[in-house]
Amino acid sequence: MKRSTTFLAHALLTALVAAGAVGSAAAADIKIGAAEALSGPAGQYGQSIRNGLQLAVDEINASGGVKGNKLVLQIEDEQGKKEQAIDVFKKLIFQDKVLMVFGPTLSNSAQAADPIAQAAKVVVFGTSNTADGITSIGDYVFRNSVTEADVLPETLRVAIKHANIKKVAVLYGNDDVFTKSGYDAFKKALETLKVPVTTTETFAKGDVDFKAQLTKIKASGADAVVLSALIAEGAPIMVQARQLGLDVPFIGGNGMNSVKIFDLAKEKSDNLWVGSPWALTSQTKENQHFVVAYTQKYKAAPDQFGAQAYDAVAIVAAALGKVKLSGNLDADRQALRDALPTVTHTGATGAFKFRQATTKDGKPAGYDAQQAAIVSVTKGGKYMIEN
Amino acid sequence: MLGQQLVNALSLGCVYALFALGFTLVFGVLGVINLSHGAVFMIGAYAALQLVAHLSFPLWAALIAAFLVSGAVGLAIDVAVLRPLRQRNAPHLIPMIATIGIAIFFNSASQGVFGAENLRFPGDLLPDQQLHFANVQVSVLEVAIIGLSFALMAGLLVVMRKTRLGRALRAIAESPKAAALLGINVEGLFYLTSATAAALGGISGVLIALYSNAVFPLMGQPMLHKGIAVIILGGMGDIRGALIGGLFLGFAEVMSVAYIGSTMRDAVAFGLLFVVLLLRPQGMFGRVLERKA
Repeated sequence: MKRSTTFLAHALLTALVAAGAVGSAAAADIKIGAAEALSGPAGQYGQSIRNGLQLAVDEINASGGVKGNKLVLQIEDEQGKKEQAIDVFKKLIFQDKVLMVFGPTLSNSAQAADPIAQAAKVVVFGTSNTADGITSIGDYVFRNSVTEADVLPETLRVAIKHANIKKVAVLYGNDDVFTKSGYDAFKKALETLKVPVTTTETFAKGDVDFKAQLTKIKASGADAVVLSALIAEGAPIMVQARQLGLDVPFIGGNGMNSVKIFDLAKEKSDNLWVGSPWALTSQTKENQHFVVAYTQKYKAAPDQFGAQAYDAVAIVAAALGKVKLSGNLDADRQALRDALPTVTHTGATGAFKFRQATTKDGKPAGYDAQQAAIVSVTKGGKYMIEN
Repeated sequence: MLGQQLVNALSLGCVYALFALGFTLVFGVLGVINLSHGAVFMIGAYAALQLVAHLSFPLWAALIAAFLVSGAVGLAIDVAVLRPLRQRNAPHLIPMIATIGIAIFFNSASQGVFGAENLRFPGDLLPDQQLHFANVQVSVLEVAIIGLSFALMAGLLVVMRKTRLGRALRAIAESPKAAALLGINVEGLFYLTSATAAALGGISGVLIALYSNAVFPLMGQPMLHKGIAVIILGGMGDIRGALIGGLFLGFAEVMSVAYIGSTMRDAVAFGLLFVVLLLRPQGMFGRVLERKA
């Protein structure tokens, strides 16, 4: 009797070990971290990103996961603050031991927090960081957000062609990495296109009144306003411009590319030109699937931030499909990093591949997005695609 | 362009003054730098927004509601936080630190309840038409803000100077203990002051939210920073000082954008503020504080 119990125990143990071994290859959870600004002034971007990430993870898990492994998303709030982003990165990487990290939401925070991931040899994947230089931090830094430097020249070219623009005024937020970097990209593109600038004006985060700058712009006789702003300031800027009788086109960067402009600026949102890898009205089957699924799940229309987050999960899943996870965290983190650059993907934002960036002294570093921009103009509360 | 910029400066200055009035009132009577004033300002805006957006209240009713809600919150802050500190004779800095905590609490709570994103009042709430005066554009709202700032300042000045209530408040500002010995209901007037200041903050929250087209949980923070500059400039606790200080900052900002360059705006505005304080450390209308042995 005793012997048979021992035998049974052995058999059970063997079976358990086998099941466990099989389990780690076929049914383990893959823990993925995300540090996004769910609250604070950038909360509206972070919440869209969370929705996009969650939708993609749910869809992948519903169709069997990655090689049978379920993706588990752990999202933490980094509040759009550098200090908080650093704390959250440390928590996700060292305490929760995630395989990789999505985020953070703002380029400002990415500059501060991405070096943590780089030092720990963990992939950090930005879905919304478009400022220059983020991927120069190191070879574990990836993003699928197309940089302003790639999108803005195309936006300018199309807007100038359609709206008969001869000279422009420039307005930007000078206390933020993202809006400042957008300004630099616009400036370079305007020089390349040889468009004269009548006046360059700035504002700061939290300003409520932009009429002084807008009055000056109106007096300068510009045919259009080139605007590098986040929506929190960009929407009141458009409203106040129209109130002052400044009815020229606005040409915006990534921060202005959100359906929230229609809520915040209502009928004064017309004639805003934006470029982006994604447009709500893009008719590809991948995008239509995304828009329908997102709208059903969240009862709201998606924006670019949701779309890029959604595609980012698919890109990571594709990379995970190419690696054999060993259960050794360091090795798996390394394997994911090595597989990511080889991924090509066609998602809601269209055809995508990575392009290697370089550090300031020219050495190979992280990876930027290689993607074509779609230029749209707002009209009657909708984006109309123009090319 | 100069005419338009003068109007811009006047309306921006009155926006700052409107915020600073309640802020300076609390300092003048209670001697507390109330850093929760930005949060109370935000609560007023959200209260009005809820009523307008969900219950279709007209704007005037929403303004009254914002006045009452913010006033009640201000009273609650006084009863729950400032009064216990007064009773324990807490040193000057303690109530200020406590109000930072109150501000964080309300800011986070409104993020939790209403979400982090910017909201706005429905567009048809105000007549959208612009008034034209010889090439100068001014909105109905700006006229209202300018008018209200001057009217509120005048009203508060009359109350402080000409009424029994005002005399009592000034006595308290001088010395709460002496005022109590004279039979003044000091605690009651502290409550009244906190509630009135917060109620004014709520009204300015609605108007400034309409002006900037944005209601969001942290909307009070940038205003708070400007508000501190304004009341220091005007003279801590002085009601005329709030308006003059607000106008000074508004004009300094707008004129430096117009004639020097917007990158230099804050440098010029705060540089001027620094110069004024060098010449008059007590602020434009402030009295020199005498330290009694």
